[in-house]
Amino acid sequence: MLLSVKNLHVSYDRIKALHGINFEIDEGEIVCIIGANGAGKSTTLRAISRLVPVGAETQMTFMGKNLIDYQPDKVVSQLGISHVPEGRRLFGNLTVMENLKLATFARKNGKEIEQDFEQVFSIFPRLEERKRQKAETMSGGEQQMLAVGRAFMSGRKVMLLDEPSMGLAPLLMMDMFKALEEINRAGTTILLVEQNARLALKFAKRGYVLESGDLVLEGNSEDLLNNPDVKKAYLGG
Amino acid sequence: MTLTAFLQNVINALQWGSFYALIALGYSMVYGILLLFNFAHGDIFMVGAYIGFFVASGLLLLVASLGIVGLPSWVVLVVTIILAMFITSFVGMAVERIGYRPLRGAPRASAAITGLMIGIILETGNLALLGARRLSFPALIETTTYNIGGVSITNKKIMIVAVSLLLMFALHQFIQRTKWGMAMRATAYDFTVVPLMGVPLNTVAALTFGIGSALAAAAGILFGVAYPVLDPYMGILIGWKAFVAAILGGRGSIFGAALAGFLLGFIEIFVATIFPSTLRDLIAYSIILLILTFRPHGFFGEAHTARLRL
Repeated sequence: MLLSVKNLHVSYDRIKALHGINFEIDEGEIVCIIGANGAGKSTTLRAISRLVPVGAETQMTFMGKNLIDYQPDKVVSQLGISHVPEGRRLFGNLTVMENLKLATFARKNGKEIEQDFEQVFSIFPRLEERKRQKAETMSGGEQQMLAVGRAFMSGRKVMLLDEPSMGLAPLLMMDMFKALEEINRAGTTILLVEQNARLALKFAKRGYVLESGDLVLEGNSEDLLNNPDVKKAYLGG
Repeated sequence: MTLTAFLQNVINALQWGSFYALIALGYSMVYGILLLFNFAHGDIFMVGAYIGFFVASGLLLLVASLGIVGLPSWVVLVVTIILAMFITSFVGMAVERIGYRPLRGAPRASAAITGLMIGIILETGNLALLGARRLSFPALIETTTYNIGGVSITNKKIMIVAVSLLLMFALHQFIQRTKWGMAMRATAYDFTVVPLMGVPLNTVAALTFGIGSALAAAAGILFGVAYPVLDPYMGILIGWKAFVAAILGGRGSIFGAALAGFLLGFIEIFVATIFPSTLRDLIAYSIILLILTFRPHGFFGEAHTARLRL
């Protein structure tokens, strides 16, 4: 088991966002968490990245290490858990190349970085073409490529993806998921949260259903796709 | 005004503008990164001047005790500036660590009040340590006056403006070309996702305070070279004026802060050529108030977001 989350509690002020959820991810897997807007999907990813404080009873381990001991930047630089945040959140004032370079800030091995640059440009050739362009001047699809490419450059073990399909036209969406499959084949475990349940379950092998801060269902993607409750609530009947 | 008088005033304005610009940069950088104004910054300028005083005095003693003769006077000055900038940067980082970091996420007013308190502590701490006497900054370089077509210009003024411009150029290069500079630009744009790049946000914040304080120290020493009287309250008025420059330039804009610093120098000096000097600040700052009425976000500021822009 690569990542294990037990009894994850998160509160914002006095409002509880997550009520003690449990899940696990094995090395090399693609796992998704589906759920409605406000169910706590982003909060789950933000908790793993240590961007939000978790409850005292929460346990999170990654490769046998206690995640809670790590500062947010160390989760990325020492554990290799990258995070594509909701809404991409690129540094619009930086060029494409600078966005990618910044993600390698704490990495030391120059040769590995160079290889990763080659790989990211082979997955997203468009990024190499736009290298010198400011990130804010790119189209939505290109920005999503950069957001994923940036995460790829920051750490290679796990990639957390927050709504990668958001704002993308169907064709671009398919391209994006093909690219993510390629990244997964190259050895990166993927945890993605999505409102677009059909797409997420087709892409992932396994999934969890999050409802108002509780995981209510889990299983193989196929089972979930055929589950009448899931069909009714998330797949449009 | 004759052309000679005009040029004379331009030179004086450039000198004062240098002080304001160097201090304003620190305000603006910290605002760009942390969205707070470090109201202790004027007192960091004072601390920098004092550190410069002790470094320079120490160096002069050292040079004398080693019996070194014929050492060009500018060598001591350059070493003083570098050493004092370095030491003062740690004062700035300590201010961030002790004063501001524990308040990250607290209401902004708390941080502003903290800055004011730190300022008072630095002023009165200095008073407690050194007493109420004024110190006289050692004369590191002899004044030479050149006369170019009726315009008299001293080597000190040339040095002050040149060192200031050099430091601004160095800052620009640092921010544009280094990886830490890139991290600062990214932090100014959106600090919330900076940790996701593996960048330690606290270190970026500390570095920003350090650089801003180092620039204030340079301003303090240059000020000491031009006006060699130091007292614990010397940073208050000049600090507020530099703060005005930072606002006028546009919050978080480095280029704007430098430009507005020089503009302030020009407005002050040229107002004083027309009106009695006792009315100088009254009129100069009324003009600036008027400018801000028409451009409330300053020259390069944005309405809702303040970003470090270069």
